[in-house]
Amino acid sequence: VEAGFHHPILYSYFRSSCSWRVRIALALKGIDYETVPINLIKDGGQQFSKDFQALNPMKQVPALKIDGITIHQSLAIIEYLEETRPTPRLLPQDPKKRASVRMISDLIAGGIQPLQNLSVLKQVGEEFQLTWAQNAIISGFNALEQILQSTAGTYCVGDEVSCPQVFLYYRFKVDCTLYPTISSINKRLLVLEAFQVTHPCRQPDTPTELRA
Amino acid sequence: MREPKIKEGRGLSKVMQSWFLHQVQTRCQLPARSTTQTTASQPGHALWGDTKPGPSRSPILYSYFRSSCSWRVRIALALKGIDYETVPINLIKDGGQQFSKDFQALNPMKQVPALKIDGITIHQSLAIIEYLEETRPTPRLLPQDPKKRASVRMISDLIAGGIQPLQNLSVLKQVGEEFQLTWAQNAIISGFNALEQILQSTAGTYCVGDEVTMADLCLVPQVANAERFKVDCTPYPTISSINKRLLVLEAFQVTHPCRQPDTPTELRA
Repeated sequence: VEAGFHHPILYSYFRSSCSWRVRIALALKGIDYETVPINLIKDGGQQFSKDFQALNPMKQVPALKIDGITIHQSLAIIEYLEETRPTPRLLPQDPKKRASVRMISDLIAGGIQPLQNLSVLKQVGEEFQLTWAQNAIISGFNALEQILQSTAGTYCVGDEVSCPQVFLYYRFKVDCTLYPTISSINKRLLVLEAFQVTHPCRQPDTPTELRA
Repeated sequence: MREPKIKEGRGLSKVMQSWFLHQVQTRCQLPARSTTQTTASQPGHALWGDTKPGPSRSPILYSYFRSSCSWRVRIALALKGIDYETVPINLIKDGGQQFSKDFQALNPMKQVPALKIDGITIHQSLAIIEYLEETRPTPRLLPQDPKKRASVRMISDLIAGGIQPLQNLSVLKQVGEEFQLTWAQNAIISGFNALEQILQSTAGTYCVGDEVTMADLCLVPQVANAERFKVDCTPYPTISSINKRLLVLEAFQVTHPCRQPDTPTELRA
């Protein structure tokens, strides 16, 4: 399969928050793409297939085939899109504001999500999964709520949408009323079209019972 | 290449579970107030409350000698020839100096590194490095070509987001002493299995081509972690040879954990 020269190809799972980040970036930048769903649960996890492993040796989604290359790691993908399709911007121009955006993105993408992703939860074991995931999210949200109090305007950093970091952690039953800044920014983002059309409930691989 | 096998997790023992629940209940604080901790006072070092950032002052790096994340930033500062002051944060002493009220105000994630520079404070090592790259662009730590930059970021994120967070101190504390080593080894082995494959198409002398990049700043400290956790690196010849080449460079030498202001005497080079 040609490495996305004509049409980018996104390997995505409907419910993967990392995949959702990239879907939003693609939508915001008006980039058409094809979705190849990778079901992280069916068939023992399709991310473990030989084919997919050749594409992404980390055996994780998302992966994006674009311009003849394959990129994985959601933030690396988003930075590439930003550098090659610069409008509309996903990063502010000012280096200090860019630092804030990256700091928040890394906090979530490196500090919270990896601790509550599927493979880690499998290792923790079923009995403990919920508490473990909640702990990861609560620690991170405690910090994020504080940070956002100095960076946020309408959105996470000022008044432009940047490096989209929407997450819906209702799955892990984290009480988000404790995080008013996070919750209000999240609400404002969720009404935007790019966040709507890319929502897990509207994906090609969304199971019928979870479809919007 | 025969991939080293991940040891299957068996979940946590009952003893660990109840210990863990206790940790969750005591550590998961709401944003308003932090856990009461001994305020870190460090004779001979500036207290963060006293050091105001400003253009006339050199940058201040909050670092722990053995923290791989701190080491990445130390290398970047060294490569770019940026003088800075170190404020050591001991992650173990006093219950962990990262939990002090003062440090939490600086970095609500209660982690090192944090860098005070140009009137702001930045944390998350890669965000710091990207800021240094944008404001002090020479020598480069990212290639010019966007596709090569993507490779650099991909490798950096794999390590900084995909390996290290799973084997950092606070996670290992939650896992509990009995399982810590296996857990850390699993995290590193999974990541190194992937990284070895990826490097086979990106690497030249270093991780991406023949210039030192941000990816290399992430690689060396992670290999050091692998050694600490007794991960056998012979299945990773590409990782190992790049690591060897980088370790002889001055910036990697002077910033090494064994040569830091807070390196304990018994671990000093």
